[in-house]
Amino acid sequence: MKPAPFIHHVPKTIEEALAILAEVAPQDGRVLAGGQSLVPIMAFRMARPAHLVDINEVKGLDKLAVEGGKLVIGARVRHAAFHKNVVDGPLGKLLTYVVRHIAHYPIRMRGTFCGSLAHADPASEWCLVAATLGGEIIAKSKRGERVIAAANFFEGIMSTSLAEDELLAEARLPLLPADAKFGFYEFNRRAGDFAMAAALVTYRVAGGKIADARVGVGGAEDRPRRIPEAEAALNGKAAGDEAFRAAAEAAAKAVDPLEDVQTSGEYRRDLVRAVVRRALEHSA
Amino acid sequence: MTEKSNITLNINGRNHAIGVEPRRTLADAIREDCGQTGTHIGCEHGVCGACTVIVDGEPVRSCLMFAVQAAGKKIRTVEGLAKGDELHPMQRAFMEHHGLQCGFCTPGFLMLAVGVLEREPDISNEDLLDVLASNLCRCTGYQNIIKAVRAAAAEMRGAR
Amino acid sequence: MSAPTKGSGTTWVGRAIRRLEDPALVTGQGRFTADLPAAHWVRFVRSSVAVGKITNIAAPEGAHVITAADLKGVKRIRPMLHKFNYIPVEQPILAEDVVRFVGEPVAAVVAMSEEEAEDIADQIEVEIAETKPLVDARDAIAKGATLVHAQVPINVIVEGKVRTPDFDATWKGAHKIIKVDARSRRQNATPMEARAGHAIYEASTGRVTFTCTTQMPHLMRTAIADVLGFPESDLRVIAPDVGGGFGQKMSLAPEYVVLVWLARKFKSSFAWTEDRRENLIAGFHSRDQHVTLEGAFDKNAKLVALNADILANIGAYSCFPTTCGVEPLMAMAEMPGPYDVRQYACLSRGVITNTCPMAPYRGVSRPVITFVLERLMDKAAAAFGIDPIEIRRRNLIDKFPYTSAMGLVFDEATYKQTMEMAVEHIGLPAFRVRQKEARAKGRHLGIGFATFSERTGYGSPAFAARGMEITPGWETVILSIDPSGFVEARIGSSPHGQGLRTTLAQIIADELGITPQLIKVIHGDTDRAPYGWGTFASRSLVISGGATLIAARKVRAKLIKIASHMLEAAPEDIVLEDGAAKVAGTDRSISIAKMAREAYHQTHRFKGEIEPGITETGTYDPPGTFSNACHVAIVDVDVETGRVAVEKFLVAEDAGLIINPMIADGQVHGGIAQGIGNALLEEIIYDSDGGILTATLADYLPPTAHEIPPIELHHIETHTSASITKAKGLGEGGTIGAPAAVINAINDALSPFGVSIDEMPATPQRIRAALRAAGEAA
Repeated sequence: MKPAPFIHHVPKTIEEALAILAEVAPQDGRVLAGGQSLVPIMAFRMARPAHLVDINEVKGLDKLAVEGGKLVIGARVRHAAFHKNVVDGPLGKLLTYVVRHIAHYPIRMRGTFCGSLAHADPASEWCLVAATLGGEIIAKSKRGERVIAAANFFEGIMSTSLAEDELLAEARLPLLPADAKFGFYEFNRRAGDFAMAAALVTYRVAGGKIADARVGVGGAEDRPRRIPEAEAALNGKAAGDEAFRAAAEAAAKAVDPLEDVQTSGEYRRDLVRAVVRRALEHSA
Repeated sequence: MTEKSNITLNINGRNHAIGVEPRRTLADAIREDCGQTGTHIGCEHGVCGACTVIVDGEPVRSCLMFAVQAAGKKIRTVEGLAKGDELHPMQRAFMEHHGLQCGFCTPGFLMLAVGVLEREPDISNEDLLDVLASNLCRCTGYQNIIKAVRAAAAEMRGAR
Repeated sequence: MSAPTKGSGTTWVGRAIRRLEDPALVTGQGRFTADLPAAHWVRFVRSSVAVGKITNIAAPEGAHVITAADLKGVKRIRPMLHKFNYIPVEQPILAEDVVRFVGEPVAAVVAMSEEEAEDIADQIEVEIAETKPLVDARDAIAKGATLVHAQVPINVIVEGKVRTPDFDATWKGAHKIIKVDARSRRQNATPMEARAGHAIYEASTGRVTFTCTTQMPHLMRTAIADVLGFPESDLRVIAPDVGGGFGQKMSLAPEYVVLVWLARKFKSSFAWTEDRRENLIAGFHSRDQHVTLEGAFDKNAKLVALNADILANIGAYSCFPTTCGVEPLMAMAEMPGPYDVRQYACLSRGVITNTCPMAPYRGVSRPVITFVLERLMDKAAAAFGIDPIEIRRRNLIDKFPYTSAMGLVFDEATYKQTMEMAVEHIGLPAFRVRQKEARAKGRHLGIGFATFSERTGYGSPAFAARGMEITPGWETVILSIDPSGFVEARIGSSPHGQGLRTTLAQIIADELGITPQLIKVIHGDTDRAPYGWGTFASRSLVISGGATLIAARKVRAKLIKIASHMLEAAPEDIVLEDGAAKVAGTDRSISIAKMAREAYHQTHRFKGEIEPGITETGTYDPPGTFSNACHVAIVDVDVETGRVAVEKFLVAEDAGLIINPMIADGQVHGGIAQGIGNALLEEIIYDSDGGILTATLADYLPPTAHEIPPIELHHIETHTSASITKAKGLGEGGTIGAPAAVINAINDALSPFGVSIDEMPATPQRIRAALRAAGEAA
């Protein structure tokens, strides 16, 4: 289980990184950030990049700041950065809560937020956060820069709309309103394992009724996404067991569940029902 | 084969000038190129934690880092825990509480626990259990590892 | 009969002293096989298909590749049993014309680094004309199934049958018949250190030193020398620090034969370190059994007859030295467990399939039979409307010695006492109240009990009864005091985490009146240790401990003789304590160091009355003894997701005299963790093409610290006459009882739903499927 050989590039500036990436991407070049997902698949030789563009020494990619009502997360920001509150208000709390579910402590020391998005494992907590909150992905290449909405970013299991010469330079998460509530729940076999289903919910309560509900489900389909049917079951209802159950049921019905030899579609729907309801209960 | 890079790894305060292919993991470089075999390799895909070392103050899986990425950083391994003949409180606690049997996972657990407690000395018991769930042990059933780490944590806090 | 726990006139035995093994291991100074440098690294090319004929092997030009064609003259591995319709099958060291399981070694690549060896191995193309594999044992014995080995008709390689004379009559007269149809899925012992070997040729002697991570160094020497056809004296096998074994490291790995062959042929050093993927695919598997068990009860819920059908999937080849009979035949012999039942019928078959070969794994057969038998008891209790404890009270053995329907002799034990102890400490009535309250709130707690016997310290007659060509029963210990007065015990056992260096030193220390810290226990080197069998089957403290005690008594006698001579006192007046021989009631004494000098350097003073030197040998081959325990699990079943959390685990155990309570408890903790893994998490899954879907530790799931609850232990110490140290074994008990306790607890939790979970691991998917099938009322 030794990785296949590769050429290691260590750019110091973003311009240098993009230039190298433009050159090596067509020759099976990939970006190396935290490496906590890429290196294992290289060890199994399921990935054999000929070039790795290591961005760990690129200046300016460690930005973690609020700009224009959004939390900007640079490509070098590690999961562990979120062990502490990085922004006031519900979003900061949400991130500190969710981060504890990502793998294990030593993995969180190295793995990066943006790397998780680029890897696009359907079970990834950060992918679920980006999809649910309506995050933006800033993709940079020698050709220029573009902003991709999270809803258009994830294209399937470990598949994104990022072009091969593009670097996921930063992610932006909209701040949540001060009165926003959030809830998160994930199900896995062992502590720290990949989620077999996870749900993230946010909403506000206005005049005793739920408003602006967002219900995201991860790990159950080939990509994380918001479930409009579940959101519809919440908006305008009183926050409580009845609405939560209806939303959970709607989500379970709406998903197109991943199946494998152990896990039937039926079982995955059971999990979606449970995680959505529990995320909602957590929010209350 | 690709060309080897000449790098210097600083392990437990000692410099090791080595030539490695970029694909050489830090775990392999520590063991094979620097001869520090106290760090063990259990899975090479980041799940078991036997290879945990401390790099610039952070406990990390050395199988998920390339040696070339660790050049110039301060690497600590199990061989560097004791000060001369004086064992680290964590090492003593593992012996006192029978936190090891075959000893293969032990260096990883020691470095994990020391690495986290140095960063978060006041970590709660519950969070500490989360941390210890990072690594696998097949012999002890974890009971005595948890006991040992809690005891050492108290001692480390007391020594501050 | 229980005796006082501690302080029965001894000094070191019974004390929780720190382990002598630990200082090296906590400082990174342990030495494991993969720590050795080598000139050449070996990578095995493994079959990616389950069955088929090899049509071509193409290697890149210039690559150093070994295939079966190169190994002319090398014998195949041929494990042998002489009973139970065993049909010998041979395993080639590298696949010859056909492959029989995914992961079977087909070729060996030699290179200057592990990376390079893997690069070359990746480029080797093995063409195989693939045919349809047999993966499940039931499919393999179906009519018309293809044959995995042509000489094994209907793929049954070993078959045990028993039927006591009055079985049929008793069965007909029974009041109730209760049936369990159970399935234990396939597992991997998963030691944290996977397998590894390192062979180096020594030009000055022509010998090869082979270091490997094994539980049986002498058996490896015998087996490899036999297969390669050279004298054992030309091979030195070293088991250095070994990172766990649990049975997986008992069997001969064909890879090891290749390494020694390479070292002899090319007169250099060759190393192989198995990676985790290889270990999960090809590093020997375990369990994978179907068991149908029926119990006939009289109207008082007394078990009167048992009828068992055991189908054990043994994989594509038999394992050396135990053979694949180890699981099905032990299951047959020990199925009735700790219960008094006079009539017994059993059909137990070992079935060959196109899957990874099975090897013993901690508990061997008993985790499965205990799970099935304890499910039977719980189901019977429900059928009779009595408490699970009450039905066990009515059926547990309580007169000793007890001879089972299979003729096994159970020595003194405490089946009922440990159960009552467990019931008392767990607080059963309070739990039932809590359970009821929780149910009202939609939370499903359950409690499960498992009572069982753990046969330990198997002597050679026990293995002979199974017809084994190799009967690994006895052990030898050579105990010597060198001229400087230091004590060294060289042992044939090969501990790898059990703390045997410490516990044997405690035994010796008491006999010789010295501190254990001064005693070196040497093992795992065939040049230094006497021939022995190794460490497995909960045997080492009983057998090697017994041999140690015998040797220590001889050394003690010799020291007393020397002291009597030197101090001019009567032998009966000499006591050994504090590192010296003393004349009781006087201040006259002489140190062991001085006596040792005399025994080597001044022997003329003995005037021929005492033999020079201080070296004594002890050999012990015990009849075997049964430890026993009651395990209790409390679980919380999340009925919406099927996830089970074990909230608490309690054990009341009797393993005879406890030499070191700290080490004993550690063994039980570790066993229980593996048992909980077996019960809930761990499963090797094949697809229908014989490919493995669980080849990473993110798919094959050993428990983490989170999945193991606090474990509470209680001991009773029955001093048996079946073990001269009075110690019984306890290495496997945790793994034997835990699955049954956990799964009974799950069923207790789910009792309102009318489901029965009789499969392990009881995964969330299986629990949800059962609840869904039951319509999920409650």
